[in-house]
Amino acid sequence: MKALDRKWVWIWGALLLVILLILPFLFKNYRVFQFNLVLVYAIAILGLNVLTGFNGQFSLGHGAFYAFGAYTAAILMDKLGVPYWATLPAAFVFCFGFGILMGFPALRLAGHFLALATFALALAVPQLLKYKHIEHLTGGVQGIVLTKPEPPFSFRFLDQPFSSDRWLYYFTLAVAALMFLLVWNLLRGRVGRALIAVRDHPIAATAMGINLTLFKSMTFGVSAGITGLAGALGAIVVAFVSPDSFTVNLSIFLLVGVVVGGLASIPGAIFGGIFIQFVPNIADEISKSAPAAIYGLVLIGFMYLLPMGVMGGLYKLWFRLRSKASG
Amino acid sequence: MEAFLYQITSGLANGIIYGSVALALVMIYQATHHINFAQGEMATFSTFIAWALINEAGWSYWAAFFFTVAVSFAGGLLVQRIVLKPIEKAPVLTNVIVFIGLLLIFNALSGMFFDHTIKAFDSPFPKDSALAGKYFSAHQLGSAGVLIVVLVALFAFFKYTSVGLAMRAAAQNPDSAKLVGIRVSWMLGLGWGLAAAIGAVAGMMVAPIVFLDPNMMAGILLYGFAGALLGGIDNPPAAVLGGLVVGVLENLLGAYVIGTELKLTVALVLIVGTLTLRPDGLFGKKVVTRV
Amino acid sequence: MAKLFEAKKLSAFYGATQVLFDIDFAIDAGKITTILGANGAGKTTTLRALCQIVRTTGSMTLNTGAGDVQLVGKSTDAIVRMGVAHVPDGRGTFTTLSVEDNLKLGAYVRSDKDAVAKDMEHCFQLFPRLRERRTQQAGTLSGGEQQMLAISRALMLKPKLLLLDEPSFGLAPLIVAEIFRIMRQINVEDGVSMLLVEQNASLALNLAHHAYLLETGTVALSGPAEQIKNDESVRRAYLGY
Repeated sequence: MKALDRKWVWIWGALLLVILLILPFLFKNYRVFQFNLVLVYAIAILGLNVLTGFNGQFSLGHGAFYAFGAYTAAILMDKLGVPYWATLPAAFVFCFGFGILMGFPALRLAGHFLALATFALALAVPQLLKYKHIEHLTGGVQGIVLTKPEPPFSFRFLDQPFSSDRWLYYFTLAVAALMFLLVWNLLRGRVGRALIAVRDHPIAATAMGINLTLFKSMTFGVSAGITGLAGALGAIVVAFVSPDSFTVNLSIFLLVGVVVGGLASIPGAIFGGIFIQFVPNIADEISKSAPAAIYGLVLIGFMYLLPMGVMGGLYKLWFRLRSKASG
Repeated sequence: MEAFLYQITSGLANGIIYGSVALALVMIYQATHHINFAQGEMATFSTFIAWALINEAGWSYWAAFFFTVAVSFAGGLLVQRIVLKPIEKAPVLTNVIVFIGLLLIFNALSGMFFDHTIKAFDSPFPKDSALAGKYFSAHQLGSAGVLIVVLVALFAFFKYTSVGLAMRAAAQNPDSAKLVGIRVSWMLGLGWGLAAAIGAVAGMMVAPIVFLDPNMMAGILLYGFAGALLGGIDNPPAAVLGGLVVGVLENLLGAYVIGTELKLTVALVLIVGTLTLRPDGLFGKKVVTRV
Repeated sequence: MAKLFEAKKLSAFYGATQVLFDIDFAIDAGKITTILGANGAGKTTTLRALCQIVRTTGSMTLNTGAGDVQLVGKSTDAIVRMGVAHVPDGRGTFTTLSVEDNLKLGAYVRSDKDAVAKDMEHCFQLFPRLRERRTQQAGTLSGGEQQMLAISRALMLKPKLLLLDEPSFGLAPLIVAEIFRIMRQINVEDGVSMLLVEQNASLALNLAHHAYLLETGTVALSGPAEQIKNDESVRRAYLGY
């Protein structure tokens, strides 16, 4: 990259950072709450993408991991008084373990059979969460109500108070940045190449010494852990969990997010998060069924026209502009 | 003892519905090697059409029934021709995503045209008819009868007609099928049409029991999957048998083992268990090939 | 000699890769023509091009009795209806269907269903082993029997032109000899024209009337089979024996 280019990257980057930092004070609380959810979904989508985009294992059931992470956080906070930030690693570990468990049968399933099994998982989760015998833990149909954490200090900026939602914005932003960085780092090196090798040429990968069993299960685990962590974060942000918030629709929405953002794209997860947070809100105005219809059309349309998602489209545009400029 | 028998008979009555859905899934899988995740939503939409014809246009039940079956057949055919043919050669993930997209669209269509309030769907076999017996309600017997007729007709079609043979050939070996002059693409479309028609019948038989709303078939679809896998995803008669087994198991486990609230989890365990331990199902044919 | 089929400047492509380069060849009515060549020369592709299973440019005309029809751009099933039967490499039998069903499928496009039963009988006379196995799943047959089944299925079309892709592949010499003997019988008795693709050059040259030699997608040599068979320098240079 030319020296001039680097300077511009730094300038734009710094500008972006400033905007991100003052963003919550430019909008009302409810809007900030929505931004928080965008970030939470982005992390969840990132988790799914690690498994499906980078490693080629389908999951139509990631909503289940999100739900388990959310409930882990809720139960820890509500029943055991664990501080909210500590629930995140706990949710990650628990969902990582659960993911590895799912990873073992997944080894023997390929393509649509794995999709089918995970789809079944997603359909079964709400019923499982309502189960009488664990009601004392999960709160049954009513779920668990939590309190949003108070910001550690208070001040006013641009005439807006430093509210819970705004504090949570910085919290989720930091967590999201950390997760994206970790995943980017993980995928950049040997692990990333191995993931893709396993996706595209599993037999060759085995011949090169990659232990397929271990690898694929670990990937499932990591992917589940990330989405589980997002779920925990979601529980904190929304301050409520109930079985009907985690129907099969959530799993489908996460898939939509992956498709929109771009399979095997890390930054794409942000676009995915924005899409699945805001589109239903707008579409709901038209009709109750509109979100489903739009998602359906988006899924099909993207597969036909933009199989690499928004990021893929942007890359293509970028290359076209660059070649026009230099040519 | 009576209660036990009742669980079995009602399990069988449900099971034949699951078996029909399983059959539709297996037909599409055999022909295209894809699992139709949208099967349930398509069936629901068909059932809504029938409901509208009966309750809003004043048609008689059986007129609406046959019309709906015909329209569903055409619809399934069109979906295959228009949406699925272009991505026939695309990777599996693309197809799965498009199927989910279809699922969403049909679900939305049901909601958009027929709104989200639960509707009652009258059975054509009224409670006090001569059909009612000790262990089976009139509707259970009647719907089982209808579905059995459908299944038998289907099997006869595949075994004895040349189009049926051509469809089997196209599913088994599309390249060779082309070489004997079979239009493979149209065979796939036909398969979809038939699957959609079966789904419509299953939906219309189920609606009187569970009431009609856009999410009616989600659980039943899962049972259909379980039945198809249990029977063997490449074995149509066994898929129906698998559905029956699932129906009976659902009731027995629900009544005597885990309680009725975890039925979907049972289906989940059946699915994952079968896929992991016996992926060919109980009756799956291992194709014998000499190299 | 009446030409049943003529290809002019035929090129074939797998995607963007060109495999046949402007080749010309012809098939005489009632005769056996063979295409020889090493692996990768484009022999199978030529047969696939004829059936329009791969993308082609150029011209291929078939004399259907009602005039010459251009095959390029037609659908595979239309070409089958014109009387072109293709026995693919690897036999291509419907392994989960019975022998009898396989044969019925061979006659799928025919409208004279009554004659079909007679033709099935004719196949069983040519290949008695198939009669013994008529209700068995095709996949349980031995390699030689599957080749017989594949040829019979093609014959059930009552084809004007029979395409055979490496019928000797993977079979024991005795079986191959039997099959080739029957192929000559079919040609002589029923007058079926054949286009035979073979790697086993000596077998093919003994059977065929006319031969083409393909080398990396172009015709290196062509002429009467007898001539090529007896020309030592050609045999040694191109056919390795």
